[in-house]
Amino acid sequence: MVELIEKLQKYFTLPFVQYAMIVGLLIALCSSLLGVTLVLKRFSFIGDGLSHVAFGAMAVAIVAGITNQMLIIMPVTVASAILLLRTGQNTKIKGDAAVAMISVGALALGYMLINIFSKSANVAGDVCSTLFGSTSILTLTKLEVQLCIALAAVVVVLFVLFYNKLFAVTFDESFSKATGVKSDIYNLLIAIVTAVIIVLAMNLVGSLLISALIIFPALSAMRVFKSFLSVIICSAVISVVCAAVGLMVSILMSTPVGATIVSADIAVFFIFWIISLFKRG
Amino acid sequence: MSEREVQISCVGCSLGYEGETVVSDINFEVRAGDYLCILGENGSGKSTLVKALLGLKSPNTGEIRRGGGVGAGEIGYLPQQTVVQRDFPASVREIVQSGCLGKTGLRPFYNAAEKALAAKNMERLGITDLAKRCYRELSGGQQQRVLLARALCAADKILLLDEPVTGLDPKAQLDLYELISKLNKNGITIIMVSHDINAAMMFSSHILHIGGQKQLFFGSKDDYMNSPVGRSFILSEGGEIDG
Ligand SMILES: Nc1ncnc2c1ncn2[C@@H]1O[C@H](COP(=O)(O)OP(=O)(O)OP(=O)(O)O)[C@@H](O)[C@H]1O
Ligand SMILES: [Mg+2]
Repeated sequence: MVELIEKLQKYFTLPFVQYAMIVGLLIALCSSLLGVTLVLKRFSFIGDGLSHVAFGAMAVAIVAGITNQMLIIMPVTVASAILLLRTGQNTKIKGDAAVAMISVGALALGYMLINIFSKSANVAGDVCSTLFGSTSILTLTKLEVQLCIALAAVVVVLFVLFYNKLFAVTFDESFSKATGVKSDIYNLLIAIVTAVIIVLAMNLVGSLLISALIIFPALSAMRVFKSFLSVIICSAVISVVCAAVGLMVSILMSTPVGATIVSADIAVFFIFWIISLFKRG
Repeated sequence: MSEREVQISCVGCSLGYEGETVVSDINFEVRAGDYLCILGENGSGKSTLVKALLGLKSPNTGEIRRGGGVGAGEIGYLPQQTVVQRDFPASVREIVQSGCLGKTGLRPFYNAAEKALAAKNMERLGITDLAKRCYRELSGGQQQRVLLARALCAADKILLLDEPVTGLDPKAQLDLYELISKLNKNGITIIMVSHDINAAMMFSSHILHIGGQKQLFFGSKDDYMNSPVGRSFILSEGGEIDG
């Protein structure tokens, strides 16, 4: 035990481990804040779809040989978020079918592009690491960390400022519209922020596992807590703790970062599920 | 007080979705203190009309006018229940307070006056002791009271209720109807969508009956009971009102 702690202490003096920790915790915090709203609004499928779009965009960026991949991934994902939101509200096209179409399409095309054009010798490895998270969390530059901190700060501030409006729009959209809340703007805001978080989280857990990061803490918290505020706080705490534990475990035991964090989230979900059974019984 | 102000008037309205007309040629007006019941079969367009009255949806033709100090966003609304609400983790106080949101404008948090208003309306509907409870664990009747308190926070002049008693047992239905009637006697205008012809006959002052894509009747309750539409509807729905 002492040995492990010493080993951790040694790791935490390294800047790249510190960066990974900061970025990981911030991403976990942001995704859990938004997760509650997404789950309750039945928007979680949009998160799933967007993560695939982000993968497709990354493939394009890789193929085009662009060094700052964010420049392509971010606008494409935000644009798709807006598009998905629109089609989701359209009564003629089935929202979920549209999302499935876009997300699977982006996945397939992205994989095709990488396969055909990639100059890398290890295509399967590259793809696997973008899908399931890679070591890129451990190779962050100072600039990327600063960008992440800034974006996370914006997300948290927006969330606090619009907390009451988000609650109302999530709980009952037509009522809040009737009382003069511009719910369309808030839906748009939710979609854009979701896109931003997904792009950020791709570094941490990879595009296939992002949904888990968004959904699990919210679902766990909702099992046990009964007011909106307590659910939000609890899910933020769960998400941050799981990210911290997951990161440490993965450093110590060299397991894949994303999968370890998500495993921790799943474990917590089961614990909360059991607690809720006892509470009821 | 002899001539009460017109709060909402609907002139030659036709409503529909994406080019398909659901109901057309709607004409009626609601005056301060009225209790209007909107009757009609499933799918006749009652909720659609409600959305139009709230300003969530504009009429295809015709016009909805508001007056008597009732601006947009000043109508309290009790929606037909949606699925999302069923498993929503929210405390009663959080939900009632959200009714004040229209008053906050760009201010991010509720001020003391708004919190007091929420508390007052919870008191008024007898749900103060439920304030910290979880909405999804309340009974149907309690849930409707919570939503009614929220609606009262949004507006204290006029309430629009879309089938408020659906899913309640007869006792809870009667309680809720009496509560609404009491609010009406205190001067709040009520517009209520209902299937329940007996309740409509018992509590309302005016009836709007829509069906077959048009307006079948609008007028006072007494006129309705003596009209052919009214009489046949009362008979077919098994109403127990004698004359
Ligand atoms: N969002 C929508 N898009 C397209 N058509 C709709 C929409 N909502 C309702 N309709 C249609 O409009 C018609 C009227 O619906 P509405 O909900 O107003 O009926 P209602 O009188 O409230 O019925 P109920 O008694 O079941 O509540 C129905 O035929 C319905 O299919
Ligand atoms: Mg209806």
